[in-house]
Amino acid sequence: MNTKLYLEEQAKNIRINTLECIGHLGVGHIGGSMSIVDALAVLYFDQMNIDPKNPKLPNRDRFVLSKGHGGPAVYASLALKGYFPMDLLKTLNQSNTSLPSHTDMNRTIGIDMTTGSLGQGFSAAVGMATAVQMDKSPFYIYTMIGDGESQEGQIWEAAMFSGSQKLDHLIAFTDYNKMQIDGEVEFINDVHPLDKKWEAFNWHVQVIDGHDVIAIRDAILEAKKVQGKPSMIILNTIKGKGASFCEGMASSHNMPVSKEMVKEAIERLG
Amino acid sequence: MELRNRNMRDIYVDLLIHYAKKHPEIVIVEADLMVALGTTKFQKMFPERTINVGVAEANMIGVAAGLANMGKLPFTHTFTPFATRRVFDQITLSVAYSKLNVKMVGSDPGIMATLNGGTHMSLEDVGLMRNVPNMTIYEPVDGVQLAALFPQIIEHDGPVYIRLIRKEFDQIFADDQKFELGKATTVATGTDVSIFATGIMVKEAMDARDILKEQGISASVINIHAVKPIDVEAIVKDALITNAVVTAENHNFINGLGSAVAEVLVENHPVPMERVGIKDHFGEVGQKDFLMEKFGLKAHHIVDAALKAIERKKNK
Repeated sequence: MNTKLYLEEQAKNIRINTLECIGHLGVGHIGGSMSIVDALAVLYFDQMNIDPKNPKLPNRDRFVLSKGHGGPAVYASLALKGYFPMDLLKTLNQSNTSLPSHTDMNRTIGIDMTTGSLGQGFSAAVGMATAVQMDKSPFYIYTMIGDGESQEGQIWEAAMFSGSQKLDHLIAFTDYNKMQIDGEVEFINDVHPLDKKWEAFNWHVQVIDGHDVIAIRDAILEAKKVQGKPSMIILNTIKGKGASFCEGMASSHNMPVSKEMVKEAIERLG
Repeated sequence: MELRNRNMRDIYVDLLIHYAKKHPEIVIVEADLMVALGTTKFQKMFPERTINVGVAEANMIGVAAGLANMGKLPFTHTFTPFATRRVFDQITLSVAYSKLNVKMVGSDPGIMATLNGGTHMSLEDVGLMRNVPNMTIYEPVDGVQLAALFPQIIEHDGPVYIRLIRKEFDQIFADDQKFELGKATTVATGTDVSIFATGIMVKEAMDARDILKEQGISASVINIHAVKPIDVEAIVKDALITNAVVTAENHNFINGLGSAVAEVLVENHPVPMERVGIKDHFGEVGQKDFLMEKFGLKAHHIVDAALKAIERKKNK
């Protein structure tokens, strides 16, 4: 199987399991989970140097989901990768679960930083990349922020610092799905032009189709070649991508998801 | 290392350098107050282990959390209000909730911000930090105590908030005094009233003890260097002897030492108790003596509180 078909297959599997994970509980952050799936497929099944059998390997790559509410999609990726049994996905947000709404490194094997309060995970990822630079370590720190999250001041504090410090082992993504809880980002507090903002903060910036696995893969490969600058890969995405009942809808941020909705969405994924 | 007649920040930075030589994981994370805190001396020794994020305290805590997540032992430095209330969510989630080991120094506690005035006086920092699970709050009294507890702070696997005097301090302890992090220290024994004091208030408590002695009253003075975890055993033990308690703190009298001691007494040995502290006011600009008098933090305020507690005990 060629890389494109392989990664698209992985993305489809992550989408199916994210839908089932949230659908089993009946409610969840479906929109922002589904929009990041293609990036997760490329990271976990192609680009990140990780080993589910040695989840604490010191020289592994790290991934910090700063938009922590996308947890279910990461859990689906980790389960498919073999970090834990697939059945565990059904425990999302149940009593005593190891899979909470927002990612938590002390509860879930394979999670590299605890996040949930927007802006903070990105700042921690910058600290992790600072340690990489300090120790001249070979690995990369990947992080994913939201477009709504980009309204947080701490994002820009951390952006300015990492650009200034030339943290070139930091590769960040923005899930630019143009939606936030209360509606369209453009009309609430517009982040446009995102690419020019990051360039002004001395980042290497690429803008790509966030649902094109090969474009994502190529962008990561280019980001790894960049020296003296951190990298921002802006993913143009669709909120709820692949969840037919809520694609492109701001209301998909956190919504009830019935078993019937899951069934129909999975059928449509083909 | 000279632990007397020096600014506390100079002792602190020398200790940091001393232990950084033994602990390669120690790094400092700064927010443009290195000159004020004196950590530029550390930077000269360990430039590669010095990170200055500029005037961006939220990112300072976030970066420190990230460094701790990679096995470093970060110490952050800024003034108390920017060390706590400005970054409270970052401390709560990125550090404490994430179980990351970051040591956070806030300098110029309470009225010690003097000429920087009300905006720079955090009179609620202990209250904030006390409500964060797993947090340790340490307020050094003098250089001897700071030096004795420094290695224990390094060894402690968890976040510690250090309320550090920047400039001169009153010498209280003898060089050979032993300390244990989280355990109270009896500075002087007494039988009529217990005075529990933190930081700069230990000296005032000792002065109050002398005044009370002239009136035939025997007061104990006990230093609570950690408002959290509070030393329940030491508080109850002394209250059982005196049955009258005064607390003295350079902080709002709400949710600081006074509240912590009250909680211990109510649950274990309720006795008449009076709180000396800032009576729910904002700070303001001024010299230390002026502010201590204005906000009711002088020895005579402690004496009045002690007499009141003893009177209440008699009328019980």
